[in-house]
Amino acid sequence: MAIAETHDTHGEHHDDHHDHGEFIAHHFESPEQQFDSGKLGIWIFLVTEVLFFSGLFVLYTLYRNYHPEIFQVAHHYLDKNLGCLNTIVLLFSSLTMALAVRSAQTGKNKNCETYLLITMVCATIFLGVKAVEYSHKWDLGIWPRSMFHYHEGVHETGIFGLSNYLIKLSVIPTLLLVGFAGYAAFQYLTDKANNARFYIGMTIMVLGYFAGVVGGVVYQNAIAGDSHAHAALQTAAPLMLHAATIDKSSAGHDDHVHADGEGDSHDDHDHADVPAGSQESVPDSVGIFFSIYYCMTGLHAIHIIGGIVALAWIYRRSQLGHWREDYFGPVDYVGLYWHLVDLIWIYLFPLLYLID
Amino acid sequence: MVRLKRACGQTANKLPDETQQRQRQNTVAFKLKKVTTMATAETRNKIFGTPETNYLNCTKGWKSWAFTLDHKRIGVMYLVGVTIALFLAGAFALILRSHLVKFDSNMLSYDRYNQMFTLHGAVMVFAFIIPSIPAALGNFVLPMMLGAKDVAFPRMNLASFYLWIVGTMCLLGAILFGGGLDTGWTFYTPYSIETETGVIWATFGAFVLGFSSIFTGLNFLVTVNTMRSPGQTWFKLPLFLWSLYATSIIQVLATPVLGITLLLLIAEKTMHIGVFDPRYGGDPVLFQHFFWFYSHPAVYIMILPGMGVISELISVYSQKRIFGYSFIAFSSVAIALLGFLVWGHHMFTSGQSPLVTLIFSAITFSVAIPSAVKVFNWLATLFKGSILLNTPMLYALSFIFLFGIGGLTGLFLGALSTDIHLHDTYFVVAHFHFVMVGGTLTALLGGLFHWWPKMFGRMYNDFWGRVSCALVFIGFNVTFFPQFVMGARGMPRRYASYDPEFQIFHQISTVGAFVLGIGILLAYGVLVYAARYGKRCGSNPFRAASMEWQSSSPPDFHNFIHKPTVNDPYDFDSQVYDEELDTYLPREYADPAKTPPRKEPVHH
Ligand code: HEM
Ligand SMILES: [Cu+2]
Repeated sequence: MAIAETHDTHGEHHDDHHDHGEFIAHHFESPEQQFDSGKLGIWIFLVTEVLFFSGLFVLYTLYRNYHPEIFQVAHHYLDKNLGCLNTIVLLFSSLTMALAVRSAQTGKNKNCETYLLITMVCATIFLGVKAVEYSHKWDLGIWPRSMFHYHEGVHETGIFGLSNYLIKLSVIPTLLLVGFAGYAAFQYLTDKANNARFYIGMTIMVLGYFAGVVGGVVYQNAIAGDSHAHAALQTAAPLMLHAATIDKSSAGHDDHVHADGEGDSHDDHDHADVPAGSQESVPDSVGIFFSIYYCMTGLHAIHIIGGIVALAWIYRRSQLGHWREDYFGPVDYVGLYWHLVDLIWIYLFPLLYLID
Repeated sequence: MVRLKRACGQTANKLPDETQQRQRQNTVAFKLKKVTTMATAETRNKIFGTPETNYLNCTKGWKSWAFTLDHKRIGVMYLVGVTIALFLAGAFALILRSHLVKFDSNMLSYDRYNQMFTLHGAVMVFAFIIPSIPAALGNFVLPMMLGAKDVAFPRMNLASFYLWIVGTMCLLGAILFGGGLDTGWTFYTPYSIETETGVIWATFGAFVLGFSSIFTGLNFLVTVNTMRSPGQTWFKLPLFLWSLYATSIIQVLATPVLGITLLLLIAEKTMHIGVFDPRYGGDPVLFQHFFWFYSHPAVYIMILPGMGVISELISVYSQKRIFGYSFIAFSSVAIALLGFLVWGHHMFTSGQSPLVTLIFSAITFSVAIPSAVKVFNWLATLFKGSILLNTPMLYALSFIFLFGIGGLTGLFLGALSTDIHLHDTYFVVAHFHFVMVGGTLTALLGGLFHWWPKMFGRMYNDFWGRVSCALVFIGFNVTFFPQFVMGARGMPRRYASYDPEFQIFHQISTVGAFVLGIGILLAYGVLVYAARYGKRCGSNPFRAASMEWQSSSPPDFHNFIHKPTVNDPYDFDSQVYDEELDTYLPREYADPAKTPPRKEPVHH
């Protein structure tokens, strides 16, 4: 209701270009009708997002029920420390997002701008770390179910001994970095300092990705000691230990009770896929865990990227000084979305990384 | 912008609670009484007479349509779009029926036949029926029924339409680029994973159409919540809005699950992630659960708006207050919620535990109750009404009849023992065509005839309208009634050839299909002719009391050039005839000298 009160006092300054009249769409009767509509709209949108992910959570629950032993084993292959780092980064970004909303509500555009930039950098750090995690797994043949074929050690590396997959994943961020930095310089040279500021912000945002990558790689090298193979072995050890268990329980699946009670024709195929005497390597059926892992984290990452685009939009608008006490809706809406994306990660992290 | 806001003359409404709202309502009523005594013939003419500029001609050129944010234009564009989809999928249907004239027909190859019925079903369901009433008719009338200028998010509304185009194109892309599609509209695994045809195109199309549908639903929910006129409480909403609201709830809650299911199917097909594919330890029945978790509620996305249209038509054309308003309103919400709990009735024979089938069966029975509540209320409304048997009313009456049959046969299918026999036979085909064509399509046509004069300001030819209704009704029954019989006798669905003893039923059905096709074409012909050459009509030719009829016909770009009067949408006595304008007007605006006294006390 604070909005309603300020509305009347500011009503006079029509020539002031900050007047909310500028931002109220013609079909709304009042700023607060617009705000309420936006707020309800974003909440409903978040409900659809939750339902969208809920399909995957159902999948997770079912398959964990069908094959608890696979989940027990497979999660050892996710790096808890990197996951934890990402969790902290995202939680921190939620804090800065909340502060950005607060700043917008009090009309402090400058602060809002800073907080939003920090939020975006956190988001890209998250993606950088995720890229390191993904590429490392791909190097070891840890793919979704049908492509899953675990092998130890990395066969090929690219420049600086980096994973080829990591290099491929970083192509787009690199292009973005060059593009944004170059454009910022161009704008600066043509005396459009205002625009330049935005592109400098974008450059910093993309740098976050590389910070994440560097952090992740340094960490991995540190635990690897001297040789890559060593690292792989270390992480893989529990997998091999458990491989025998999986094989057995897949074979003895007939006494499993199934939630849908429709028999277990699919399980028969399952262990047919596992080569006999595969104790030495990881059975391919473990891939189902990673199918679900990639679906969930991949969809989440897409939402992070979407979030960054939205953040960039309100970042620009804070630079233009759009927010005031009676007009800050967009920051609020993006904030809610961002908190949801964080929240989903808060569920994904323990469900996927911390199964024990 | 500022100027615009001033022009609306409405200051901030701070309406924290009900009491204030009621106070406000009283002041509005008070102000309007003042207007009453002052409403001159000139004012009347300006507000309700045929306007020179309206939403159709206020701007010109294709860009003014392609980039419009006006809900009315978007509604009209949607109408054109879904009609094209209807004709296209209808043509597929006629080809199918022609093929089936002979039991060993080889008009189509069996592969082609499979592709034909799949595309018929997929286009009809995803591109036509689901958006038909909400996105075309609903878009047009929903804001007007609220006295609002537009929906809450006009850009999202336009985006919804463009997503509809993209989605439909992808769906059709399955034929052009994907080499057809032969899974049936349900995309069941494992076949959909194995087939070489354009499943990815089609599922991606359905995915995009899902977003289009979510956008519409979200927009409607917010609009009804935040943009009602001052004083227009929930129980003063026309029932069409309650039904659209309930529909929107389903669209928003169920469609995302379809979205993720289709994405998983695409992932399964491209990467074999092993969640649905039995070759990799996946569970194909899980797909069915996911699919029907959306698609059963989706059948209510299809029927609820139709029910809403019928509530309006029945009441207006018997000039009687709708019987049991709150029962109809809440039964929509009950259907929307219960609809989420019955998906398993599509899977009685797919291998669920006996206990689960039992529970699904029981809930299926209970979902029929709110549907029956509506039917009884409509019948009670008709009782002693002054019934006008014009085109929309005839469509409404045939809706009640056909939906009644469709709903009741749903109970046959919901009963476990009978469904074992009837599942995957023509009985199911007949059941869902009775509810979808006999229900939704009939309601759409009825609604179009009802709101056409408002949309285009011209009256249709009632005689030919009624002929179209008769053709649709007869053609429909001749097409689908025999299908009940042959289904009960064991004719399976989706077969390109069949035992000779069923041939006569198929032949009758094919004849009916062509009559039905002619009927639908005639209906659209009458409407299109009316939009161009029909007699000009006034703002409220049918003496309806809901707010959209207080705009001029066709409406102004801003919908209303005055503040429309908020009254009970079923209080027909609130509208009185005006000779000069040859139409009905709210009492507040009518010439007091010629206004007959109130017949019934005003309800509030
Ligand atoms: C009045 C309550 C209704 C009940 C009790 C009911 C019940 C059922 C049942 C049990 C089935 C499964 C039959 C089988 O495959 O063996 C079914 C199929 C179907 N129903 Fe209904 N139904 C009702 C209303 C509706 C409505 C209103 C619509 C759509 C507007 C609809 C559309 C469908 C469709 C499309 C199918 C077949 C899906 C397919 O397999 O392709 N039903 N219905
Ligand atoms: Cu159903």
